[in-house]
Amino acid sequence: MSNTNDASPKKLIEVNNLQKHFVVKEDMFTKLPLKAVDGVSFSIDKGETLGLVGESGCGKTTVGRSILFLEKPTGGEIYYDGNLINEKNIYNYRKKMQIVFQDPYSSLNPRMTVADIVGEPLDIHKLYKNKAEREERIAELLQTVGLNSDHSRRYAHEFSGGQRQRIGIARALAVAPEFIVCDEPVSALDVSIQAQIINKFEELQQKLGITYLFIAHDLLVVQHISQRIAVMYLGKIVEIAPAKELINNPIHPYTQSLISAIPLPDPESARNRHRIVLEGDVPSPLHMPSGCSFRTRCRECKIHCSQEIPELKEVSPGHFVRCFER
Amino acid sequence: MSDQPLLQIKNLHTSFFTESGEVKAVNGLNFNLDKGKVLGVVGESGSGKSVTAYSILRILTDTGKIVDGEILFKGKDVVKFNKKEINDFRGARVSIIFQDPMTSLNPVYTIGNQLCEAILLHTDRNRKEAYLRAKEMLELVGVNEPLKRLKQYPHELSGGMRQRVMIAMALACEPDILIADEPTTALDVTIQAQILELMKSLQKKMGMAIIMITHDLGVIADMCDEIIVMYAGSVCERGTADEIFYNPKHEYTKGLLRSIPRLDSAGKKLIPIEGSPIDLLNLPKGCPFVARCDNAMKICLEQKPEEVRINDFHIAACWLNYKERYFNEEVQSNE
Repeated sequence: MSNTNDASPKKLIEVNNLQKHFVVKEDMFTKLPLKAVDGVSFSIDKGETLGLVGESGCGKTTVGRSILFLEKPTGGEIYYDGNLINEKNIYNYRKKMQIVFQDPYSSLNPRMTVADIVGEPLDIHKLYKNKAEREERIAELLQTVGLNSDHSRRYAHEFSGGQRQRIGIARALAVAPEFIVCDEPVSALDVSIQAQIINKFEELQQKLGITYLFIAHDLLVVQHISQRIAVMYLGKIVEIAPAKELINNPIHPYTQSLISAIPLPDPESARNRHRIVLEGDVPSPLHMPSGCSFRTRCRECKIHCSQEIPELKEVSPGHFVRCFER
Repeated sequence: MSDQPLLQIKNLHTSFFTESGEVKAVNGLNFNLDKGKVLGVVGESGSGKSVTAYSILRILTDTGKIVDGEILFKGKDVVKFNKKEINDFRGARVSIIFQDPMTSLNPVYTIGNQLCEAILLHTDRNRKEAYLRAKEMLELVGVNEPLKRLKQYPHELSGGMRQRVMIAMALACEPDILIADEPTTALDVTIQAQILELMKSLQKKMGMAIIMITHDLGVIADMCDEIIVMYAGSVCERGTADEIFYNPKHEYTKGLLRSIPRLDSAGKKLIPIEGSPIDLLNLPKGCPFVARCDNAMKICLEQKPEEVRINDFHIAACWLNYKERYFNEEVQSNE
């Protein structure tokens, strides 16, 4: 989103110091805290797409689910259009916020027809006056996502992966939401189908002005669709910046290695580039390293990195990094 | 005889016989693999790339069968191998690593036990030598504290570590060919980078040929000398990495390359391949890609395209190339 408009864009979603801690029983006597999300703050402007990337277990999905209260956050606040969301009023906000899940095979009930799947949100929120209107609305939704109304009597198993994901999108669109959390919506799909779905998301944004939180591990996809990107590592955001800036000028050592590790579909640049290969694995979130959580894999780790937790600081306008050495 | 390819696949047909009919998973596949080369096989799910690998090793499920064709390893037909021959062939000459390292290791045996089993089975080392070899292999694939790892069970290792163990096991008997079936698909980006770099360096060190099966064009571009693009069980296009990426001659390959996001594609619209992947139970008479092809012609509906040689390093199976060539020849003869 450009800031050149006379009114600066409005913040639709604001997440402030979000925390989600689970308790894990290690054996009969010891319980350990698992800090899946630990102090995440960001905001998303109206009509913007914020990409959220990170490796498995970094907490990106939990962030998405917590915003919708599918997981109850253990700390922090979430504001929608300036209003605090809590457990009591979330029902009203679910009309405005929806989610599209990763796996189009397990997120659709196999016993329901497409009409029932897409119509369920309409039933719950009582968004129609009579049966004819309901059917009309379902047909309209299916058309929006590129299916036709004959499909509405069929069951989910009769469709291919890409078509199922379209059904999932139609279901999310049923309540005419302003904000959609897309949780790895294309990673289960084939390459040629991925592009269809990505284009669909972009088209819906242009037409309906929907705001997205786009969660994925594939940086090539995320940088394509997002205006800004946040990078998560072990429950914390380590870098957040406009998409182009993050790709061309990554500052955190973790982001740098992530970007250098993207498999580029281009033999020439694959031959010529230098890949920063990180040593070792992501530490277990049950036994987090002290201080900066990335220090165990960082090449530039200094003594104080293990003693204090770095804060997210602004290095250039809109570009925030969580690292002592930058 | 010296320039005989290591592995030659000739007109391979593999089908699965299911209740709803014959699924032609591999449908007339031809390719050669030379010694010490990395061959990439790319395609969508259901394009027959994994089935090709399983056919080479003859590890198809009960319903699957090689219906026709030859798989020549150093000139000998693997399809006709008897039980003893195939056991010597698997593991010792050709080995495979699978996509999911969790399900391909046995959870009730230690890493050491499983590594030694492979070594004892295929070489004449004794137990102690096998154990030393196992430790040496773990060191080679970059597993830290190998002696400790040998006593651990698969669930105690991370995904990347398990894939390293799988690679160690596959390479322990110094095979001529390593088949890697989506080896990094289940791994995170940074771990994927580690495994790809490891495979590259081991390939240089040990000189085996690799068949790299993946749907990720990025991985292919990074690793492979030669590439096969598969669709619905047949080869669309085959050639060197540069030819396939910079001079694609099949409409499907072109479509694939257009549809992937790139670093400079932000703000531009992706051009997807419309339609859905093909139903293998009802293969069309002509070109399998015809229903999704923008430039389909009449002949595409009726006849399966033959492979056309584009240049020394490049073959494509698309009627459009025929048209081009025919047209050019006509122009030349008129001149």
